[in-house]
Amino acid sequence: MSPVIEAKNIVTRFGERTIHDNLSLHIDKNEIYGILGESGSGKSVLMKEMIMLLEPNAGEITVLGHKLNDISYKEAQSLRRKWGVLFQFGALYSSMTIAENIEVQLKEYTKISKEMRNKLVRSKISLVGLGSHVGALYPSELSGGMIKRAALARALAMEPKLLFLDEPTSGLDPVGARNFDNLIVELRDRLGITVVMITHDLDSIFGIVDRMAVLADKHVVAEGTLKNVLQSQHPFVEEFFKNDYTKQKYLDKVENV
Amino acid sequence: MNKEFITYENYQQHIKLVSKGKWTLQSLPDIRKELDRISSGKQMIWDLSEVEDFDSAGILLFMEYYDFFAKQNSVEVRGYTKNQKDMYDLLKKSSQDTVSVKREGFIENIGKNTVEVYSDIKDFLAFLGQLFSTLFHTLLTPKNIRFKEIVYHIHQSGFNALIIIGLTSFLVGMVIAYQGSVQLAKFGADIFIVDTVGISIVRELGPLITAIVIAGRSGSAYTAEIGAMKITEEIAAMRTMGFDPYNFLVLPRIFALMIALPLLIFFSDLMGILGGIAASTMQLNISFAQFVDRLYEVLEVKHYILGMIKGPVFAFIIAAVGCFRGLQVSDNTESIGLHTTASVVNSIFLVIAFDALFSVIYTELDI
Repeated sequence: MSPVIEAKNIVTRFGERTIHDNLSLHIDKNEIYGILGESGSGKSVLMKEMIMLLEPNAGEITVLGHKLNDISYKEAQSLRRKWGVLFQFGALYSSMTIAENIEVQLKEYTKISKEMRNKLVRSKISLVGLGSHVGALYPSELSGGMIKRAALARALAMEPKLLFLDEPTSGLDPVGARNFDNLIVELRDRLGITVVMITHDLDSIFGIVDRMAVLADKHVVAEGTLKNVLQSQHPFVEEFFKNDYTKQKYLDKVENV
Repeated sequence: MNKEFITYENYQQHIKLVSKGKWTLQSLPDIRKELDRISSGKQMIWDLSEVEDFDSAGILLFMEYYDFFAKQNSVEVRGYTKNQKDMYDLLKKSSQDTVSVKREGFIENIGKNTVEVYSDIKDFLAFLGQLFSTLFHTLLTPKNIRFKEIVYHIHQSGFNALIIIGLTSFLVGMVIAYQGSVQLAKFGADIFIVDTVGISIVRELGPLITAIVIAGRSGSAYTAEIGAMKITEEIAAMRTMGFDPYNFLVLPRIFALMIALPLLIFFSDLMGILGGIAASTMQLNISFAQFVDRLYEVLEVKHYILGMIKGPVFAFIIAAVGCFRGLQVSDNTESIGLHTTASVVNSIFLVIAFDALFSVIYTELDI
């Protein structure tokens, strides 16, 4: 089975600063894939390249079978309807209510009737665990956690099979973050979607991520399941996973290696 | 009060320094004074055991003088605690990291600004290219035209600007009539005030005033709106959903302004002439009827048309520059302010430059 996303020999430069140097990874269907690394290691840039907001200087990214390098405008448009993106700070359209935010793609891209759209919007709102009254509110009237949920509901609006999440649990309280994690797992199991997430959250990494890529020194220094990654001797992996705090907290998982 | 931070004993072979008291930030200048009094040259023993309190400033000072004395002769430090040693090591490490400070020279600044202007122009051309390709696509499939947004922006930047445009034009019309009447009255050519006001307002001033007011009012608003969306990643979100910002944000604004500006110019012409009438009635005793009669004779339709042609061109400049600067906004709030300023300055300058160009063309064509 071909991978959902494949990145081959990606090179990214900003001016004279090289962000990625021959970086490769692949993401399989139906898995929750974590991208981690220290700040400045180019996680967000890599994700932006996957969702066609940036172009790498060299290398090739294939998403859902489309090669992004020579994708036509039409193909790109249809590809964009097959994924959902959750931005770190939500990026909800501030001039629209939450319901309108969720509805906007349905309205633009489908011929679904108004009532059906309303039903879909309501179902998405309740799916992410928000009260139905939230639909009528504007993003500025929501708390940080609610914005994240609303943005997830919007990302799910087109029933995507591929979901990109940029630090989904950052800025959430610990309980909220775990609920969000559970929600992601539930969505993956129920809807059969593939999830790509940038995260620093140890609980998410140890709890829900199936496979991950660790970015450091412009490369993927470790890729695979938690077990594989823990075998890496790279300084960043050592520091991130094998410090006293992590060791104590996740004794069972780290010690096994 | 005689606080001492240093005592020293002079021996034959060496000096013994004893640090005392609080080696902290507050007492730093006093300690320094005392240290400066010590002339060395001999071997030194520096005893820290009587230091009551210290902070990183105290340690940095110690480091500085330790290095200074150590250059002259050997220094032996005694009686320090582990805490002091750890802190010393930490500070030693950080003091070795040189913080590179970038100083920019005059020449370098000139070069930098030149490159910036060059890349700005290049970006603007790229923007125009993208804009026209989107425009082309949109015109091929008219159902993609965002009529709702266009109407909204016509209301915002057109209808809502009526009062300010009307008032400004009225005042400018009055001023011209006043100034002109003084001169014309000298020659007894009072009635020519109608020609002066009529033609100058309709051909030049109406379009120019309208464009400048709209550049300040709507051009800046476009930049700020789009810039704010850029910062909150709304534009990125739009792109990932396949909503082309050019089609959804830029084109509606350009279309709206290209429709609204000529209408505003028409209104500005009317108000300017009304202002002229008001002033000439008061100053030269020319009645409303006389003024209109004369206006009917001298103000040919071509003047009106020549003024009107500028409308869509100015509108395009203002809206395009406004949107372009908005899309240029980077990730910090400060850049919204900078780009809004740049947007207004650029569009007003371009409007005036194009107005001059129109004048040249009209003159060459003899119209």
